[in-house]
Order: sequence, then structure tokens, then C-alpha cells
Amino acid sequence: MKVLVAVKRVIDYNVKVRVKADNTGVDLTNVKMAMNPFCEIAVEEAVRLKEKGVATEIVVVSIGPKTSQEQIRTALALGADRGIQIETDEEVQSLDAAKLLKAVVDKEQPQLVILGKQSIDSDNNQTGQMLAALAGMGQGTFASEVVVDGDKVNVTREVDGGLVTVGLKLPAVVTTDLRLNEPRYASLPNIMKAKKKPLESVSPADLGVTLSPRLTTLKVEEPPKRAGGIKVGSVSELVEKLKNEAKVI
Amino acid sequence: MSDTGFHFSERQGAAVMSKLINTKDLEFLLYHVFDAAQLAEFPRYADYDRTSFDGILGTAARIATDYLLPHNAKADAQEPVFDGQRVETLPEVKIAWKHFAASGLLAARHGIDEGGMQLPSLIHMACNAWFVSANPSTAAYPFLTSAAANVIHAFGSQSQKQTFLPHLFSGRFAGTMALTEPDVGSSLGDLTTRAILTEDGSYRIKGQKMYISGGDQDITENIVHLVLARIQGAPEGVKGISLFIVPKFRMQADGVLGERNDVQLAGLLHKMGYRGTTSTVLTFGEQGDCHGYLLGEPNKGLMYMFKMMNEARIGVGLGAAMIGYRGYLESLDYARQRPQGRSPTEKNPHSKPLNIIEHADVKRMLLAQKCYAEGSLALCLLAARLVDEQEAGGNQESGILLDLLTPVVKSYPSFYGPRANDLAIQVLGGAGYTREYPVEQCYRDNRLNPIHEGTHGIQSLDLLGRKLWQHQGRGQQLLLGRIEATLKSAQTKTVLALWVAEYRIHLKTLINTTLILGQAMQNGQADAVLANSALYLDMMGKLVVGWLWLEMADKAQTTFADSPAPDDQNFLAGKLQAARYFIGWELPEVELLAQRLQGLDGTCREMQPDWF
Repeated sequence: MKVLVAVKRVIDYNVKVRVKADNTGVDLTNVKMAMNPFCEIAVEEAVRLKEKGVATEIVVVSIGPKTSQEQIRTALALGADRGIQIETDEEVQSLDAAKLLKAVVDKEQPQLVILGKQSIDSDNNQTGQMLAALAGMGQGTFASEVVVDGDKVNVTREVDGGLVTVGLKLPAVVTTDLRLNEPRYASLPNIMKAKKKPLESVSPADLGVTLSPRLTTLKVEEPPKRAGGIKVGSVSELVEKLKNEAKVI
Repeated sequence: MSDTGFHFSERQGAAVMSKLINTKDLEFLLYHVFDAAQLAEFPRYADYDRTSFDGILGTAARIATDYLLPHNAKADAQEPVFDGQRVETLPEVKIAWKHFAASGLLAARHGIDEGGMQLPSLIHMACNAWFVSANPSTAAYPFLTSAAANVIHAFGSQSQKQTFLPHLFSGRFAGTMALTEPDVGSSLGDLTTRAILTEDGSYRIKGQKMYISGGDQDITENIVHLVLARIQGAPEGVKGISLFIVPKFRMQADGVLGERNDVQLAGLLHKMGYRGTTSTVLTFGEQGDCHGYLLGEPNKGLMYMFKMMNEARIGVGLGAAMIGYRGYLESLDYARQRPQGRSPTEKNPHSKPLNIIEHADVKRMLLAQKCYAEGSLALCLLAARLVDEQEAGGNQESGILLDLLTPVVKSYPSFYGPRANDLAIQVLGGAGYTREYPVEQCYRDNRLNPIHEGTHGIQSLDLLGRKLWQHQGRGQQLLLGRIEATLKSAQTKTVLALWVAEYRIHLKTLINTTLILGQAMQNGQADAVLANSALYLDMMGKLVVGWLWLEMADKAQTTFADSPAPDDQNFLAGKLQAARYFIGWELPEVELLAQRLQGLDGTCREMQPDWF
């Protein structure tokens, strides 16, 4: 079974994000970039499926500038077999990302596509769902457990009320939640072996997709500074404040 | 999407990551000061690039944060125990060991064809920086093992290599270095452990060794001791010492463990720090049946051991640097958050207290720590860079410079690392003196470093009595050449020109002092010169680290001066201010040292035992 994993290059989660002076976006100059943490979980799940003998090949795909090859290399070091980079310096919004991935799905014909549920930069939580719709596949989002069973996959989903397990016919799309697994680190030999694994670079045009952003960013601002808290004297004072000041109850 | 607020730190320990090492500083040192990317020009490292280096450093950071840091305090509180039969260490140490082995780090420096990774020394040193900062006592086991493997690799026979190396590389076995005896420490020429040749070509070892780190443990299947002993009939003194491989379990064919060898644990020692590493008294051949295998040629043991010792000394320097660094970051974090007191001019008792980092005297203590810690790390990375230039680049001059600097690389961090930790405790005040905070452990751990692998005094004798004059003083010239290159670059920058001028004054003092001492030694006054060797070592350390501070300031200015990012500007300003502190506050002390040295001051030497 072939598994396709999509990974995204994002600002490293340890970095304190800085807004550009002209409020047009986040300043990325000299900022450390890394693989989106939810995508790490997606890669880990694919590698575990391969270790169990369920998956036979893991193809990892990333959309972005040339530097996004670093994240593909990271995935290859963690155990993916080959990489596809869709190179573009343009802004890629969720629907365009889903269209590009759909084109790769058409070409590669994977049985399972695993994505992070969202990326920590734009927090959209859309690409996986859009891809499933475009490709006509079933979707199991916010997965905390993935069990492949013959031509089906059972995906346990984390929802507000608890856990829901859905059975999907393969091929299917799965998006990962945090508790699905704990990603491994890459061993030194695997980091070096990754350099020798195939990595193909294509353009959106090669895939027959024209990027057409539908959303315009008007302004990016830092969130307001948190005001300091206060100590309340009693439970009734707390209730009073929650009711009348915070207006949350 | 409530989960977006989740702290990834819960998974990867990022909240504490910043307390192990300043990653921006490490990146700056590796890629801007020591030009790690250039290493790929050496054929041995041609497969590497920055992406692979970053990946490897990421793996080291993960292992340090997830598998070493969490049990650092626990391993200190719950020392290994010996019930008379076996030693018991914490399960966490075994898990950490497994990760060291699985990551490929144990063999990383060796050739691809030997199961290694041909990893540059510079990157290896940076990985080790993560480990010692997180947990120096657990990190000691892989360091000792790599050091033992390196000696067997360099001097062992083909069959010895085949028998032991694969298992030391894979982590199935660990290694030790067994030099010290109960009555013989620094003066190895007096050692009494004996070796008797038997008919099958192996030796029977008899004697006792003490303070052997990792001498027994329950982490690995077997332990490979490298033991210094005197073959029966060999000359007295250092010329009659040979090196032996003595495994805890003898080896059968195909890597199967054979009989238990006659090496017995007489007891564990109970140390001030580094408590997670067993420190042992070992008895060899009590039953007369301790098998040992000669490594290399007879009577060359000390020379072989020094190969290991030189690496180990750089390793000690790094340990001291990083424990100092850890204490610095802990106390920095505390000072940023601890409100206490007001500014001297604030008379309103109801005003909000300042965080203590606002107080000038606390800044002084943090600045001194920054200078010692970051300067020491730079020094150790310089040593690693020189190893790469020598081994992979074939540059013999880098090897000569490394020889000269090795006592400094061992001693400067070992002397100033504990001082940094002392200041860290002071910044935390009463909290720092309790075991609820980590800095007192840093201090206790770091206090070992001026003692082991050649004490501070031994290092100073090595520098002033030997290293300075080797290769007709070529090392000195090479050092001065490198310093001059930095000064030339720095003095073109307005912000640095003044400090360069100050530095030159003190550099001249070092050069003059060295000349005077050299002449005195030639005139038969070696006793009087060497009496104050520790002062000379301190002087040299200050000039070398002062040079590195100018180098860092120079490179920081080049790299970040035009950056609009506030992080970069703060980083640059911090480096500049620390350089200013070092040049203005630390370096002038060499003038007082020079007075005593140049005058061959006899105050200590002439003191008589009966006068105390």
C-alpha cells in the first residue's frame, strides 16, 4: 500500500512570532523554520504503518519555496521513501494546496493520504477536507488512532464530546491530531541516507494547476498584551465578576 | 479549534530547551564563527551540508531534552548502589543509553566503512554540548565509551578491533580508562599494577585501580577496561608502562560473552557531584586469573593513553563549559522573573518591586557568567574545529596549535565554569542554596572538572613546561597569527577598535612574560618558573578567551549589524557588551599575574612545610 504524506514548512514553534512593521504579515527574515508539528505526526504514522508491514512505500510531498526541500529531507530521514516538491514562491492558500495535492494523488494513486489537521502558521484546518472532497475520498479528520483493516481504515477522531470512530473505504484521507503518536527523532545514519533518497521537483504548472488566491490579507497585528490578573477574596466574588465583568456566565 | 493553543513544549520539552543552551548562540558559533558549512570542502565530510548538520543537532537536542534532562536531578539524589553483588543504576540511565546507541552517535566520528558517520568533530562537539548541559553524569558513559573505542581503533590489532569495536559502537559494551591507583594519581610513573605474559600470548593482570568512572554498572552487557600496567621486568617510571584491554567478561568467537574475568568491584565511591556516574575501586586478578590483552607495543601505554587523554581533556573542558552555561541560563531565567527590591533612587515603598535582573550587581554576576560560559563554549568548539582541520583537512599546523591549546581548553572552562556556577547560586540567593533549584547541583558537578583528566596544576605544568616549547615554539607563532587576523578585522570596526587597542596591551604582556620565562628556564631556573605555572595558565586562558570574545564580537557585528530584527540586534548588543566586560574587567588581571610571573615570585615556593 502506498501512503502519501503532505508536510508543510512553517515558522518553528519555539520562535516568538514577529509582525512586520507595515502590518502586511509575519516577518520571516532569518527566522528558524521547521516542519509543522502536525505534519511530523503524519510522517510518524506513515512510518509506523510501514514498520507494521501495512504500507510499502511512503511518498512525502511539500508545497513551497526551494527551501521546503529541507522539510522533505527531514521526512525522508524519519523513514519516508521519496519526496516530491511542488516549488512555488507564491502564497498558497488551502484550496490551491488541495488542488495541487489532488494532482499528485491522481499521479501517484496512493491508498492513504495523511496530512496534519492544520498548520500552526495559518491555522486554517481546511486542506485535508478539501482534498478529500476534490479526490472523492472519504475523510477521517483529527485522528487519534488509525487502524488499516484490509480495504478499510478505521479512524478514531477526537471530537468535543469524546471519541468517534469512522470506517472509511480506501483510498481515504486522514488528518492527524496531537495524540495520534509521538514522533521519533531521526538517527544520524538515517539523516545521511535521506540525502540519497529521490526528491523530484515540479511546478504547479507541471501539475496543471494555476494558483488563484481567493482571500486577501487586510492587516496582521499582534494580539493585545495580556492584562495582569487579580486575586479574588471569595467564591461569590469570583462568580460575581465572571457574571458582570467577564460576562461569561 | 481549541487545540491550536496546545503547547508543543509538552511533547518536546521546549520550555526547558532554552535552559540547556542558547540555540541562537550555538548556531552563531557553528556557522558564523567556526564556519561549519566550509567543512564540507574536506573530502571526508563531502556528504554533509547545513541541512544535515541541523538535522543531527536537532536529534541531539531531542535526546538531551527528552531522555537526559528529566533524570538529571534524580540521578543526583539516587546514586548508584552496590549490594556486594551487583551495581544498580536508574532505569532512566539505561533508556538514555539505548537512545545514544540507536541515534548512531557512539560511532559517529568513525569512517562510514567502519560503521560510523564521518561526522565532523565540530558538530560532534556541539551535540555533546547538548548532552552535558542536560545531564553530565549520564553523558559520561558514552563519552568514556567513545574514548576507549578511539584508542582501540588507533592502536589495537585487527583482531582486537574486530572483537571489541562493533560492540562499543553499537552500545552493547561500554568502555573505561583505568589509570589511577589508590596510591598513584597524577604521578603515573609510580604505578604498581603488574602484567605477566602467559604462554597463549595474553597477560595476567594484578593490581588495584581507583576513581574509575563507569568501572562497573548494569547498563551494558560487558565493560571494556583500558588498564595501565607494568609488564614484569619492564623499566621503572613512565617508560615501562603498557596498556591492556581487560574485559569484564571474556570474549568467545562471534561476539558471544564467555567467562567472567577476574575483575572485581571492591566498592563504589561517593562523590560530591557527577553522582549518576559510578566511581569505582576495581581489583584486578585477586584470584590470579584476570586476562588482559596488550594493546599495541609493550611500554608505550602512556603514549597511547595520552591520545585518549587529549580527547578526554577537551571533553572535560566542554563539560565544564556547559555546566557553567546551564547555570548561567538558569540564573538568567530566575533573575528575569524574581521581583525584589527597588532602584536606589526609588523612595516610594508602594512602588512595584523590580525584577532582580534590573539591579546592576545582578547584571554584573550574569555578565561574568555569560563571559565564562559562552567564551568557554567557543574555546571548545575552536578545539573541535582544529581537530577537523588536522584530521580531515590534513593541516598539521592546526594539530600543533591544538597541542598547545589543549591544556587551556581543559582548564579555562574547568576553572571558570565553577566560578560561573558560584555566581549562579548567588543570583538565586537562598533559593540557589537549596536542592529545590538546579544550580547547586551544577556547582557540585562542575567542581570535578579541575580535578580529573589531569588536575589544574598538571595542566599548567604541561603548558608552561612542555607545550609552549614544542615544535620550536611553532604553536605560539600559530596562535599569535590567528589572534592577529582577528585583531586586524576587528580594528576596522568603530565599535571594536578601542577594545582591540586594549587587548594589544595585554597581549604584549603575555608575549613579554613568555619570553622572560623561556629565558629563565634556559638559564636553569625551571624550578622558579614552574612554581607559578598556574598563574601562567590563567594568563594564557584569559588572552585566548579574550581573543575569542573579540572574534565573536567581530563576527556578530558582520552578521547582524544590518539586520532589522530585534532578536538579532539584542544578540549583537549582548555579544558586544560581554566583549566589553571581558576586555575591560577580566583581561587587566593579567597585569598582576605578569608581575608575579616575570619576577619569578618565590612566595609560595619558598614557604616551608613547618611554617604552616
